[in-house]
Order: sequence, then structure tokens, then C-alpha cells
Amino acid sequence: MIFARLYGPKGWIALACAAAIVFGVFPVLNLVVPPDNPFHMSAFGVQLGGKIMCYMIVAIAMDLVWGYAGILSLGHGLFFALGGYAFGMYLMRQIGADGQYRVDMPDFMVFLDWKAFPWQWWNSDSFLWAAFLVVAVPGLLAFVFGYFAFRSRVKGVYFSIITQALTYAAMLLFFRNATGFGGNNGFTDFKRILGIPIATPEMRMALFALTGATVIATLLLGRFLVTSKFGRVLAAIRDAEARVMFCGYDTLWYKLFVWTLSAVLCGIAGALYVPQVGIINPSEMSPANSIEIAIWAAVGGRGTLVGPVIGAGLVNGAKSVFTNAFPEYWLYVLGLLFILVTLFLPNGVVGLVKRWRRAA
Amino acid sequence: MLRWIVIALVLFACCDAHALDPAMVAKLASGDGDEKVAAVAALLASGEERAAVLLKALADGEVQVAGSRVIIVKGETATDAISGAAIAALPEGREDVVVNNRLRRELEAAMAALKLVSPDRAVRAAAVKELSGGAAPAMLPLIRQALAKETDPDIKSALEMISAAMDLQGADRGARLEAVKRLAGSRDPNTKMLLLPLADKSEADEEVRRAAQESLKIVEARYARSQFVGLLFSGVSLGSILLLAALGLAITYGLMGVINMAHGELIMIGAYSTYVVQNLFRANFPGAFDWYLAFAVPASFVVAAAVGMALERTVIRWLYGRPLETLLATWGISLMLIQGVRSIFGAQNVQVENPAFMSGGAEILAGVVLPWSRIVIVGFAAAVVAGMALLLSRTRLGLFVRGVTQNRAMAACVGVPTSRVDTWAFGLGSGLAGLAGCALSQIGNVGPDLGQSYIVDSFLVVVLGGVGQLAGTIYAALGLGFANKLLESWAGAVLAKIAVLVFIIVFIQKRPQGLFALRGRALES
Repeated sequence: MIFARLYGPKGWIALACAAAIVFGVFPVLNLVVPPDNPFHMSAFGVQLGGKIMCYMIVAIAMDLVWGYAGILSLGHGLFFALGGYAFGMYLMRQIGADGQYRVDMPDFMVFLDWKAFPWQWWNSDSFLWAAFLVVAVPGLLAFVFGYFAFRSRVKGVYFSIITQALTYAAMLLFFRNATGFGGNNGFTDFKRILGIPIATPEMRMALFALTGATVIATLLLGRFLVTSKFGRVLAAIRDAEARVMFCGYDTLWYKLFVWTLSAVLCGIAGALYVPQVGIINPSEMSPANSIEIAIWAAVGGRGTLVGPVIGAGLVNGAKSVFTNAFPEYWLYVLGLLFILVTLFLPNGVVGLVKRWRRAA
Repeated sequence: MLRWIVIALVLFACCDAHALDPAMVAKLASGDGDEKVAAVAALLASGEERAAVLLKALADGEVQVAGSRVIIVKGETATDAISGAAIAALPEGREDVVVNNRLRRELEAAMAALKLVSPDRAVRAAAVKELSGGAAPAMLPLIRQALAKETDPDIKSALEMISAAMDLQGADRGARLEAVKRLAGSRDPNTKMLLLPLADKSEADEEVRRAAQESLKIVEARYARSQFVGLLFSGVSLGSILLLAALGLAITYGLMGVINMAHGELIMIGAYSTYVVQNLFRANFPGAFDWYLAFAVPASFVVAAAVGMALERTVIRWLYGRPLETLLATWGISLMLIQGVRSIFGAQNVQVENPAFMSGGAEILAGVVLPWSRIVIVGFAAAVVAGMALLLSRTRLGLFVRGVTQNRAMAACVGVPTSRVDTWAFGLGSGLAGLAGCALSQIGNVGPDLGQSYIVDSFLVVVLGGVGQLAGTIYAALGLGFANKLLESWAGAVLAKIAVLVFIIVFIQKRPQGLFALRGRALES
């Protein structure tokens, strides 16, 4: 039975609890409990929660490649941002003539005095096309990049550094106005999805719940993959790629599949992120953002799938607390996290819990 | 400044035997608009120093007419405009000479022309600059006169340009031909603009047109040559900066295999050390400020090396052989270093001043000015490379480093203190980063984010050159510098950068071991 393969009874119960919180408790706290009640969940809380859940999806995607295939990507922020941009184009078209200039064109294009949409914007007013791009653009880029990299057996640190160079190059490209995606400012000021206004509490909660559902689906998909035979081969590649090759496996396709899948998941997360946070700009592609993704996975515990979800929650929760209360100390905390986790917690929080349980 | 020159001129003029043409002075004072303009031109052509005084006074509204006499009134004292003799008592019934806008324009141009014969070089240079926009034909005699006397090469060439431009506008065919030919030898960047209209069909005179085309060809060839030299130099300059940034990494990553993402921050620490030394010098030894670099260079090396060795002892040591973990931990270190510098020095950029000998530039060809700071950095990079090569090949430490890199176990067996060598080698690499920071502080902004912009570049240099290959690092840095600048001249800075990054990404796919790979049999590198 496939359910038994994915998680034991305790795991399913935990997952059901998480689902109940996301789909039951939070909506009630946000929509039913009146705003003056101390238990009311503010719009900011919904936005923050939705944002962190997008990061959780990215963390799972990172864990699939890093934790299970041993490929450390320092460019996952690029796939995330590409998904965001792909969906952002659609959101920009949905603004219609309600922008600053009252013209049926994004403000930055009017500002740059463009008369027609550039080719990248072809069909960008179609929701289905946008949804297709969200999956296809990061997926295709990852496929092509990964194909050449894995075929040449670029691995380890080399691979990490060229993924970093890739996202850096893309960031520079997107900073240019001529690239056609709004330059420095990127996309913002979204109004509607499918004609429905975004800024209402109900719509925000719907996006929140959709993101939660995606997190759970991603987690189950990841679990399904890593418990399959495919997952075993992947782990073997991580531990001794040469031996797997000598056993007759073509490791290229295993790595390529999980790499491309990971990029697609990041793209989906980016698409969910943009309408909730309300802005996407090239700084999402900065190398620093991508490397932070790795620390989410490392804090939670690599190679556990649920660990990165916890890690993304912990790190980003701490980030929003710190950047509010003591902004100048956040980088110290983040830096220390990087150092302490790699030195003392190689298996992250999940590993720590396991060790305690074994000791008890 | 200008006022003093005028006063000097006045004093000089008092004892001058020459006097101005009284008829012209009278016209200037009482004539109608056209007469006044003509008088200005005539006075100008005379080139007399008295004329300068009179024109200046006129522009300042100090010229008055009393009866038939033209006088210059400054406060309570008056002088005769023609002879310059002092007048004891202010005459009655004086009237101001009216200066309208047209006359004022003429006066300003005329005074600029008169400044051409000033003994002060700065005044002459300013006057030339003012006149290069366009000069009236009346100034030609004066410009010729100034040209004959001029000794400064810069001003002389600018004057030649002006006089040639005036000759070209004139009607004299011989003078025009001669001017066109003269322009072929001019190094002024505006020469081309001057010649272009003469070389196309709008020029009626066949011979002038042909001569202009010929001159244009010569000028354009020279321009292209100097452009190329400039490009070459900026390539070398960028290459030497990349080299400095990457050299330390070539040791820590290339030789020791430690991925140090905090390398950029060690560069930044070197730059801030320079800043601190500079401030100490400014506060304590302002007289010896130009020498602060002599202390800043060793200081930045020592500080960065000390930070690096501390890092090696506390963090990196425990992660040897786990490159991905090292990468993350050193990234964490870099974040803390950035925030630390921000807490101490503030988030804003700090000002690091060049010593006097590094400001300005050397003009090696027309229009190609090489900044001294960049020339010094190229030399500095060469010196650092030479020093490091000596250190690695001739000293005991170098021998140990190479030994530990090649075979750690064997080195330990023959008594090399491997763990201490690791610390020293890491300190060396970090110190080199500090030196890079010291150099960078001389040409760019110094801020907490300084290192971030170099980390990707320096890793790419090391990877492109081939890990473990110092020579490869040098070639890769210079090659990338050239490629970047060459592409920049075609496609602009951002696209060039992107193109280089994409090139490296593709290159590593083809040759994962870098340009200068050691051949080996190991399947797992």
C-alpha cells in the first residue's frame, strides 16, 4: 500500500495535524475571529505564513538535489525567481488599464516609451500560458544546464560555483531594462488573478491555503520518489557515483531528472510567492538568496525532506523576528547558524531529535 | 585669482608707454551698437595690455564719459582710459557707458582672447577652453600672437586647433588648404568634428575636400590606434585586479582545496585596514600622508592574514575534506564579517584618498590617459605574483606547502608539521586577499559589500585557470580581463559581464579541470 510506504501512522497523523492547522485553524483565526480579538490572525500574518510556506517548497526541492543526490545548487533562487517572473507577467497583464498611466500596458513599459509588447510577453494575458511558463521556463533551463553539466561530470564544488555564476549572470541580465521585465524594480502593484481582486482577505486566505496544499503535495511527492527504487539509486549516486556507474547505471538521467524536477518545484513556489508578497525583482536572483536556501535545508536536516520544511520555517521565522526587533544582529545570527550547523549539527534539527530519541 | 591678474595688469599698464588708439576708445564710449562692437574688435586686435584693462572695466560697468574724455572709475579713484594716467579729481557731469547684451557677449569673448597672453598658465588654459567653442575673426591676430609665444604643449595644440578652425571659416583658399593639412597633425579630439564637414560633398572646393579627406584618414587612424592602446591597458588593468583578488584564492582553494566564500570579505578587511592606516596618518603625521601606503600595504596583509589564520584554527580546520560544508560555513563567516564591519565603520562607504603621486594620469598618446593609480596597481600585482612565486619555490614554507598539497601523509611522515603548515598557508592566502583589498581601496569604493562583488569573479578565475595551477590563475585573470574589456567595447558593461559568465559556464562543461589541467588517473578528483 502506497500510504504505508510513504509514512508510518505517526507520520500521517502529524501531516493531518499540519493540514488541519493550515486549512482549518488559520482560516478561522483570520476570517472568523474579529480583528480586536487577541487570537485574530492579521493579514500580515497570513502573508508571512504564505511566504514561509513558499520557502518550504523550495527547501524540499533543495533537499531532493542536495540531500538525496549530493548536488549542492547555489542557483535555486534563479528557478524560484523565473517561476515568479513567469507568473508575474500574467499578473502585470491583469492590472489592465488600472496602472499609473491608465493604459493597457505595464507602467514600466509606458515609462520606457515602448509601443508594443516585446516577444517575451507573447500570450502573457493567458492564465494557462502563464501556468505553463511557470513550469516550463525553470524546467527547460535546468534541463539544458543540467544536461551539459552532468554529461561533463561537473560535480561537487565546481557545480555549485557554476550554478552561482548562472544565477549571478541572470541577475545582471534582469537588472537591464532592455530585458523587458521591468529592470531594477521588477513587477509590483498587482491587482487581480483571473479577474478576482487579490487584496481581499478571502483571496489572500485562498492563496495561503493553496500554498499549504502545495507544500503537502510536494512533501508527499518527494517522499514517494525517495522511497522508490529511483530514490535508492539517487542515494547511491550521492555516496559513490563511480560505483553506481560501474554497476551499469547511467547516472546522468537520474541526476538530470531530480535536478529538473527540483527546478520546476522552485518555479511553482515562485509563482505562489509573487501574488502573496506582491513584488518580484532581480534581487531574488542574487547569489546570497540562493545560498540561504541551502542553510534552510541544513538547519532542518538534509536528506529527510521534512527537516528542510522545519528548517525553512525556523530560519525564516527567526529572520522576520530579528529583522523587526534587532535588524543589525540578524546577519550575525544567520552567519552563526551557517557555522554552527555545519560544525555541530551535520544532520540538522531532525538529526538532533533522532539522537535524543535514541538516547532516551 | 583673476582679480589679482587684472590688478597686476593695471599696475603694469600705469607705467606702460603704449597708449590706445583714441579714436577707437571714443567710438567704444560713445558710438552706436555696431561701432562699439567694431571698436572692441579693433582694440582686441591691437593686443595691447591697456585694452584688457579697458574692456574689463567696461564689462564691470566702471567706464564713464566726462565730456570727450573716457575714464575708468573705481570707487573714488579714476584713471584715463587711453593713457592709464591717474586723474586727481573726479570730473563733473560723468555718464556711464551703456553695455547691452550683445556688447557684453563680445566683451566676454574678447577678454578670454586677451587672457591668452596672460603669464599664468592656468589662466591661459581656461581662456583656451573658453575660446574653443568658437572665436570671432577679430581675435585671429591675437591668437596668432599667443601661438607664437606659447610654450606649453597642451595649450599650444588647443590654440592651433582654434586658429585652424578660424582659417577654415575664412575665405582665403591658401590659408584653408594649409589649415586642413595642419589639422592632420593635431592630437586634439575635436579635430575629426572639424574635418568631417569639409570632407563631404557640401564642400565646394575640390582641392580642400581632397586634402580634408586625406587629413581625416590620418586623424582617424591615429584615433583608432589610441583607442586600441587604451583598450589594451584597461584589459591589463582589469586583469591585474582580478589577479590580485584571485591569487589568495589560488592558494587557499587551488592548493589547499578549501572553498573560502569569505575570501571577498578578507579583501574588504584589507581595504578597511588601509582606511584605518590612512586615518592614523592623517591625524598624526599629516606631513607624511603620501607615505601612508608604505604602512598600509603590510598592515592590510598582516590584519587579513591574522583574521584568516584565526578562521582556519577555529572553523575551517574541522571541515577539511568536506568542501560543501566548508562553503556554507565560510559563507556564514562572510556574513558575520560584513555585519561586523558595518557595526564598526557604518554601512556607508568610507573615503580612501590616493597619495599625491597616484592621482592624475600619464598621457601616452593623444586622448589616452592612463591613471597613475591603475599603473601602480599593475606593477603591484606583478610584484605580488613574483613575491609569491619566490615564496613558494625558494622558501622552506613554500616547500612545505607544496609537499603537504601533493601528499599530506608522506609529508607528515618526513616530519612536516602539516597542521601548522595548513594554518600558515591559509594565512598567506588571506594576507594576499588583504593586499588585494589595499590595492582596490585606491581605485574604487570601500564599503562593507566590497568583497561580495569579487567573490564570484575570483572563483571563476581560479576555476578557469585550473585548480592547483598558479600560472593558470595568472593567464586566466589576464585573459578574463581582456575578454571583458573587449566585449565591453562592443556590447556594454553588463552584457559583457554576462557573456563572460556564460562563456565560463560553458567552458567548465568542456574542460572541468580548467585551462591548465594536471593529467591524472584519478576518477574522483
